[in-house]
Amino acid sequence: MINESKKTLNNNITKLVNQPYKYGFSTTIEKDIIEKGLNENVIRLISQKKNEPEFLLNFRLKAFKKWKEMKCPEWAQLKFSEIDYQNIIYYSAPKIKKKLNSLDEVDPELLETFEKLGISLSEQKRLSNVAVDAVFDSVSIGTTFKEELAEQGIIFCSMSEAVQEYPQFIKKYLGTVVPIGDNYFSALNSAVFTDGSFCYIPKNVKCPLDLSTYFRINDQNSGQFERTLIIGDENSKVSYLEGCTAPQYDTNQLHAAIVELIAFDNADIKYSTVQNWYAGNDFGLGGVYNFVTKRGLCAGTNSKISWTQVETGSNITWKYPSCLLVGDYSQGEFYSVALTNNYQQADTGSKMIHVGKKTRSRIVSKGISAGKSKNTYRGLVNITNKASGARNYSQCDSLLIGNLSNANTFPFISVQNSTTKVEHEASTSKIGEEQIFYFLQRGISLEKGIELMISGFCREVFTELPLEFAAEADRLLSLKLEGSVG
Amino acid sequence: MNNTPILEIKNLKANINENEILKNLTLTVNQGEVHAIMGPNGSGKSTFSKVLAGHPAYNVLNGEILFNGDSILDLDPEERSHLGIFLAFQYPIEIPGVSNEDFLRLAYNAKQIAKNKPEVDPLEFLAIINQKLELVEMSPVFLSRNVNEGFSGGEKKRNEILQMILLDSQLSILDETDSGLDIDALKIISNGINTFMDKDKAIILITHYQRLLDYVKPDFVHVMQNGKIIKTGTAELAKELELKGYEWLK
Repeated sequence: MINESKKTLNNNITKLVNQPYKYGFSTTIEKDIIEKGLNENVIRLISQKKNEPEFLLNFRLKAFKKWKEMKCPEWAQLKFSEIDYQNIIYYSAPKIKKKLNSLDEVDPELLETFEKLGISLSEQKRLSNVAVDAVFDSVSIGTTFKEELAEQGIIFCSMSEAVQEYPQFIKKYLGTVVPIGDNYFSALNSAVFTDGSFCYIPKNVKCPLDLSTYFRINDQNSGQFERTLIIGDENSKVSYLEGCTAPQYDTNQLHAAIVELIAFDNADIKYSTVQNWYAGNDFGLGGVYNFVTKRGLCAGTNSKISWTQVETGSNITWKYPSCLLVGDYSQGEFYSVALTNNYQQADTGSKMIHVGKKTRSRIVSKGISAGKSKNTYRGLVNITNKASGARNYSQCDSLLIGNLSNANTFPFISVQNSTTKVEHEASTSKIGEEQIFYFLQRGISLEKGIELMISGFCREVFTELPLEFAAEADRLLSLKLEGSVG
Repeated sequence: MNNTPILEIKNLKANINENEILKNLTLTVNQGEVHAIMGPNGSGKSTFSKVLAGHPAYNVLNGEILFNGDSILDLDPEERSHLGIFLAFQYPIEIPGVSNEDFLRLAYNAKQIAKNKPEVDPLEFLAIINQKLELVEMSPVFLSRNVNEGFSGGEKKRNEILQMILLDSQLSILDETDSGLDIDALKIISNGINTFMDKDKAIILITHYQRLLDYVKPDFVHVMQNGKIIKTGTAELAKELELKGYEWLK
């Protein structure tokens, strides 16, 4: 909740200033980097630095070859200057003097960085009900509660560690949900990914903690290319959270991640994101280019994958968390709030591919556009001929704030089976001066009024968020919108 | 009537988008009085109500508005509301996603805070609002619906009167609250207004029709034309206007 003090007495509603981005600081730390640029040598060097097995180097090289043949997609409702891939650092890691045995040995500077972000990694202060993997630029710097989770057979560690310790999983599953050549950015990521999180929940285990990865881009010129792989074995259950921030630079940083989820029979994976990358200044200068491929495979019967996202940051967001519903009776869900302000652009949505019988999917998308921003929902519901009795429900709502923002909805629906049921609903509404005046006339402050309207608009999505995130998301949206009405 | 002024407007000039709408408006409203303002379309009646409530799109160019003796020209809309100025909107605004109950409670509590009184919790509020609902014959179902969303014209107007009663403001301006109402709804709303009115309060009714004034008796009737009050009389004046039209005054 924002403070309700004398702020309500502010003289002019248009003068409420934007809340400054409070994660905009950067950390000075000695780094191990590979020089700017992208070529086969850089890829070999990354692989070598990470001491990777040969299969992974080949995976990277194959991806690089594919990527060189591909073109940056232009179908999205996004405008941005061409990305110079030779001007990006692909590997930037804080220098580590020796192998770490515990989190207490992590550079205090790094621990402090995460403290400032509200993520405590130290034993005493860490969150009691969430296990965290903290990723700083290209590498994971530590994971909490690892031992406690291991007792139940749960593996939760950085991708680099998984490559060393559990190569059998990586070899078998990496790139199976999002193939190397799936799209331009997935090919790029597959060639140069540096770290990320890996998680395996064994059969019949309900993960007792929420698992979480916190991504931090620190370096001005480095891209972040992380990969996350989560496997839910039969009858397992896990809830996973992802948070992101970056310092305030006037150049753009590239973030091209891949997340792959695999759910076997009766497994249930819930993946929640609160994305708050630096969005650029009020005139659109700087900010993160966020090109992300997220996909879940419901491989088993009666399996379930649920995506929830709150996208508030980034200069550009290009992201379509999807579900491949292969197992009979499997379920996919996508709940999204995407907020854009100033000159931000978001092109986001979901794909639900129904293959198995009686598969069900649900899409609830809420787009909020303020300032001069552009907010696009793009979705695909594809019901294949085998998916008898499949059902989909999609709802896409847009909320416009002010007169200069822009909202689009592109719902593609393809149905090849006559026994299915597909529903789509859409609405557009607007927060205008007259609504604000109505609140004010009833003695309700501008902040309270907007908060009430936004949380009402987003309610269906926020109830899907884990408790710790829901309050944070509510607050974040209100802060982001201050000063955008008038 | 005790001749203590609540509202004193002196030589008020106001514009919107460079168009001067109010031209030298002067009006005094005392405690316990009901004033009706009538006048042809475009004479500035709605502008007058918006300016009183402090709508940011309107600029006051000249003149003074005193509320209980103090100028309110520098006050924000919500501050004026907290002081006790209520505007029943001609076109009540729809607010999707916000329940009427939450909206009403927030407004009530904002007023409580302004008066240094404790906020009420949702349960206490329910007891308060249920009483008020009866006064305008509204069903409690209204509370769970979104503010004015999908309300019929009559329901919206009743909701405005409900808010007026709930917030118990000293001065209420009702902008064409009677337009678009059937006879039954008009009676319900008039009863609400009459129950609400007392010797310490004042009401300004902006209306096109004499009909409302059969139910809510005005102490004064003003005719507004071209941004100022050109004639003031008693309830008889409204009846005369009904017969002769505004042309008669020219």
